[in-house]
Amino acid sequence: MGYTIAEKILLAHSKREVIKRGEFIEVLIDVALGNDITAPLAIEKFKRAGFKKVFNRNKIVLVSDHFVPAKDMRSANQAKILSDFAREYGIKNYFDIGTMGIGHVLLPEKGLVLPGDLVIGADSHTCTYGALGAFSTGIGSTDLARAFMDGKFWLKVPNSMRFIYRGKLNRWISGKDIILFTIGKIGVDGALGRIIEFSGPLIRKLSMDDRFTMCNMAVEAGAVTGIMEPDKVTQKYISSIPQFISRIPKFYSSDKDAFYDKIYEWDLSRLEPQVACPYLPSNVKPVSSLKNIKIEQAIIGSCTNGRITDLRIAARILKDRKINSGVRLIIIPGTQDIYKQAIKEGLAETFIKAGSIFSTPTCGPCLGGHMGILAENETCIATTNRNFIGRMGSVKSYVYLASPAVVAASAIKGKITHPAELIDR
Amino acid sequence: MILIGKAHKLGDNINTDDIIAAKYLITTDEKELGKHCMENILPYFSKKIKKGDIIVAGKNFGCGSSREHAPLAIKGCGISAVIAQSFSPIFFRNAINVGLVFLELPYTEEIYEGDNLELDLNKGIIRNINRNKIYSFPPFPEFLHRIIKEGGLINYIKKARLKYV
Repeated sequence: MGYTIAEKILLAHSKREVIKRGEFIEVLIDVALGNDITAPLAIEKFKRAGFKKVFNRNKIVLVSDHFVPAKDMRSANQAKILSDFAREYGIKNYFDIGTMGIGHVLLPEKGLVLPGDLVIGADSHTCTYGALGAFSTGIGSTDLARAFMDGKFWLKVPNSMRFIYRGKLNRWISGKDIILFTIGKIGVDGALGRIIEFSGPLIRKLSMDDRFTMCNMAVEAGAVTGIMEPDKVTQKYISSIPQFISRIPKFYSSDKDAFYDKIYEWDLSRLEPQVACPYLPSNVKPVSSLKNIKIEQAIIGSCTNGRITDLRIAARILKDRKINSGVRLIIIPGTQDIYKQAIKEGLAETFIKAGSIFSTPTCGPCLGGHMGILAENETCIATTNRNFIGRMGSVKSYVYLASPAVVAASAIKGKITHPAELIDR
Repeated sequence: MILIGKAHKLGDNINTDDIIAAKYLITTDEKELGKHCMENILPYFSKKIKKGDIIVAGKNFGCGSSREHAPLAIKGCGISAVIAQSFSPIFFRNAINVGLVFLELPYTEEIYEGDNLELDLNKGIIRNINRNKIYSFPPFPEFLHRIIKEGGLINYIKKARLKYV
């Protein structure tokens, strides 16, 4: 029996001739990522264990993205632990404000993750890089401490599921709608402990940004990771990365006789914008069924939807319009480069003229960190990835998840809105 | 090892924001994290816990973020073990790596709030004393068992390195 793309990458990073599903293996990693929440704990464990050296200072990436610019003294201290560690061990890939971005938007942009790589990150959304045809998964701080030391990672080889998407997407439908639809269908444990392989003719037509959005939320279905076979779109994307020089990408694809323990097939020609209602990302409804849901806040950004195409779609809707007077719209670019690009293209001006704020990159409000915490009884529609109880602030607040187009349209109307209500074609 | 404690029942999909809200992720101190365990869904949870008590939950326990602060908060508030129908993959590895006892059991609906449970980890038995029921659970695979036996991943790696270096 053949291998899936994910199995091929695992095999290539193990010192084995064959691997079997269900078997515990140790693999060598290409990138280990930590952030200002998880890396301090990893660094503490690394030091307490008495480890003296890092396995490879070029394969460790540290990004202060969650609570920066530091929201308080203790979070300032956590970011400082990262910068001190980076200096002490000569880790050049440490990113702080001015150069940083939300890790999962930043790493592909900087060419730090390439097709065929094996990436672990002490952040659950590390699965984002599956969009490039890399095997990437979220781990904990102890795993990270260990990887800092010997560059290895243990896992049980997971089963794969294959999702095949067909059809032609309607206007305003994005990768976010496809992944919300999918999680709505299979549930938050629908892919528990397994790998989702997103495939089919529809995926081939998606931009890299839409692909990142989809793989990013694979974890919301309980998956170990989501992955897509790299193609011409992937090739074009990595060729455009100026920093990409040192390593050679490897394009793997699944064998015809690879094993999947479940295969789903969907035609999305009739899909309308999707919205995940409180309090689970699987509580998904079509936007037209949500009548008169008033919002006080709207957020466009995060590792799910903080990329340049997301901002362009939002600007297209916000251009020459004003947001509703009862709404706070917070727009957060994923990285410093996206921030600059948004200024260059005039998107930033559009956002500010519409009455929103345009912030420096940060994970900020997505996890209820800072930059837009919700009060009691407030409702927010966001392009983020989780809507659990209290995720963005008060335990009596409500978060709806949607695409940038739906969030922008909702900010203008002051209630959850289909973008077609504002722009016909 | 034998663990004895009262059951605290929780539902399906208990996520890491439920277990420890992000606003408390400004410390790595187990005891401090423990004070806020489950605060978003059960404000007085940590006050109710007596040392050794056991969480009994539904499916997909620990879904959401990769924060290792979640198993630490559970340990920090005095919980000795988590029994659930299934665990999210990252929580699963974090629990192994930090040495939190956790067991998969399909029949958690038969256990009620306040039931006295006895876990015999060597024999692989969960005993519900109030309802006079016994469940067996399969031993951990050899690889995981070795990590657990050493008290977590770091100790395991250090020992393994001493052996081979």
